[in-house]
Amino acid sequence: MPLLSIRNLSVTFSTARGPFRAVDGVDLDVEAGELVAIVGESGSGKSVAMLAVMGLLPWTAKVSADRLEFDGRDLLTLSPRERRRIVGRDLAMIFQEPMSSLNPCFTVGFQIREAMAAHLDLSRAQRQARAVELLELVGIPEPERRLKAFPHQLSGGMSQRVMIAMALACKPKLIIADEPTTALDVTIQAQILDLLLRLQRESGVGLVLITHDMGVVAETSQRVCVQYAGQQIEMQPTRGLFRDPHHPYTAALLAALPERASGRLLPSIPGVVPGLADRPRGCLFSPRCRFATDTCRNVPPPRAGAELGFALCHTPLVDGVPQRREMAA
Amino acid sequence: MLKLIFRRVALTLPTFVALMFVTFVAVRMVPGDPIEARTGERGIAPERLAALRHDLGLDQPVWKQFLDYAYGLLHGDFGVSIVTKTPVLHEFLILFPATLELALCALVFAIVLGIPAGVLAAVKRGSVLDHSVMTVALAGYSMPIFWWGLLLIMFVSEYLGLTPVSGRMDLINYYFEPVTGFMLIDSLLSGQEGAFGAAVAHLILPSIVLGTIPLAVIARMTRSSMLEVLGEDYVRTARAKGLSPLRVVGLHALRNALIPVVTVVGLQTGTLLAGAVLTETIFAWPGVGKWLIESISRRDYPALQGGIMLISAIVILVNLIVDMLYVAINPRIRHG
Ligand SMILES: Nc1ncnc2c1ncn2[C@@H]1O[C@H](COP(=O)(O)OP(=O)(O)O)[C@@H](O)[C@H]1O
Ligand code: SF4
Ligand SMILES: [Mg+2]
Repeated sequence: MPLLSIRNLSVTFSTARGPFRAVDGVDLDVEAGELVAIVGESGSGKSVAMLAVMGLLPWTAKVSADRLEFDGRDLLTLSPRERRRIVGRDLAMIFQEPMSSLNPCFTVGFQIREAMAAHLDLSRAQRQARAVELLELVGIPEPERRLKAFPHQLSGGMSQRVMIAMALACKPKLIIADEPTTALDVTIQAQILDLLLRLQRESGVGLVLITHDMGVVAETSQRVCVQYAGQQIEMQPTRGLFRDPHHPYTAALLAALPERASGRLLPSIPGVVPGLADRPRGCLFSPRCRFATDTCRNVPPPRAGAELGFALCHTPLVDGVPQRREMAA
Repeated sequence: MLKLIFRRVALTLPTFVALMFVTFVAVRMVPGDPIEARTGERGIAPERLAALRHDLGLDQPVWKQFLDYAYGLLHGDFGVSIVTKTPVLHEFLILFPATLELALCALVFAIVLGIPAGVLAAVKRGSVLDHSVMTVALAGYSMPIFWWGLLLIMFVSEYLGLTPVSGRMDLINYYFEPVTGFMLIDSLLSGQEGAFGAAVAHLILPSIVLGTIPLAVIARMTRSSMLEVLGEDYVRTARAKGLSPLRVVGLHALRNALIPVVTVVGLQTGTLLAGAVLTETIFAWPGVGKWLIESISRRDYPALQGGIMLISAIVILVNLIVDMLYVAINPRIRHG
């Protein structure tokens, strides 16, 4: 049984201009110890989908799903209290903005020990010892002194190391890392990512990595989930995805990739993601898709099977060639 | 820190000089003078009037009176009351504990009610509770103190008979010498049964009346500050740790939201002391507010001037303390 199992997850925000569906039909399974990458342009609902798993969305958000299970427990029917026992202990998250994610009024040590106090049966001294150990683990020198520091005394990279230490504090089974290096200086992005990946390998924790770095995706993840405008448009084992993308968006993304793929930004393809007002009736990618037909523009596409990467497309690609399923049927 | 304090104190000096000048002039612009105020309708022989005026130095040119006064102030001499012939500072110090006790109780009332109300309104934003809190706060803010005081006296004291109408103590049943000047403490020290209860009963209505405006200000400020903080990333981090809502809101969010609220509370000192003048008059509360009002009607220039100067000094001092408190509770400033 997968550690995390999501079926048909949708999130709708009520906004001043009416309901806005930020996540629309996302499926995802993460096995214990697995590294799954989620890619997609900004605003494609990656963060919102994962915040829904964590139960951290604001009250304006309405979450629905056919299944939302973690570690064999149905997150949708769990009481808030029961859910809080899981979140922060077995399921932890690292955010995009490390500097603003730490509370400016409390010391680093307080904030790390607090997570342990909430979930683990440790004495004060044991928590302190573990906090020191954690800071050493994430490569922060002089841990005793750093524990007494306030967040504003730390650099962005340091802050993210602290956030990683905090996420690891209760030995979670799954960590969700939401673009953990995007907000950092270019020079330290690689360091932080390497640290995260090394800790993941060493501890065997499951990791959902939201990233724009296709190079990292190719080198580290076992599976990739591609999102577009709130929809999951393809999911494949990493090797398969890079070798033979089935959705035209994925194909365009990979085609736009520079030769040595290690760019920090997702390669850009022409056009923009549709907003609330200009959502096409049919396939959301149709305005930018070079394979678009009239059917595409008017009829929402069905989801293909596993052999075609669950592509959300009327005519998924095989070796770059659209497959006309209607004809086959 | 020391440098900061020193700079702030230095900055207040010009304020003091300006204040001294303004009060000096304003006090003398009130029609009539101390002698006329005392002789009243009966009138007085012109020679006698001139003699009295000479005794008080009122026949001197105003600029000379001002310089004399300023000279005295520089030496810590606030002058002598024309009416009671006792030093102004001495009178002030005897009466001030009553005002301070009232102001502190009003402030406690405002904080104890205002902060939770603001927090709840923010957490339940848009709810009926939120709207009620904000409506009541707006009403409280625009409430004329005099009217509000009379209303409460009529309803709570007269109609329901729950609290005494005026004063600080039930002097028929209890008598004890002031030790600290604070009735709550002195009544306890006296050991007389029921004295403390009587002191509390006397404090309730005046504290509510005086605390209403600060309460409204604190509730509104807490709400808006809290609303801002609740949207911060670190609040989301706290929730991501699986902490209870009480801890997330009451510790992580509130700790940050309180930083601006402390400043607002500090700024309320001025409002409180100004409000004390009216409140003390309504409730016949023997503090410096009532004393100042009486000094006006007696044209007791030294008392009036000295009182205003001393109250201003207190407001400035409290603001200084609040500034330091602001630094103390804000790690981002404290550890530069
Ligand atoms: N609290 C919110 N209220 C309304 N819309 C939101 C809210 N949070 C996110 N959104 C919208 O949801 C969409 C997906 O956002 P997000 O998941 O952050 O994208 P990303 O893939 O870049 O992480 C965006 O269009 C964003 O504007
Ligand atoms: S459904 Fe049509 S428009 Fe959409 S991705 Fe597939 S081919 Fe392109
Ligand atoms: Mg995001």
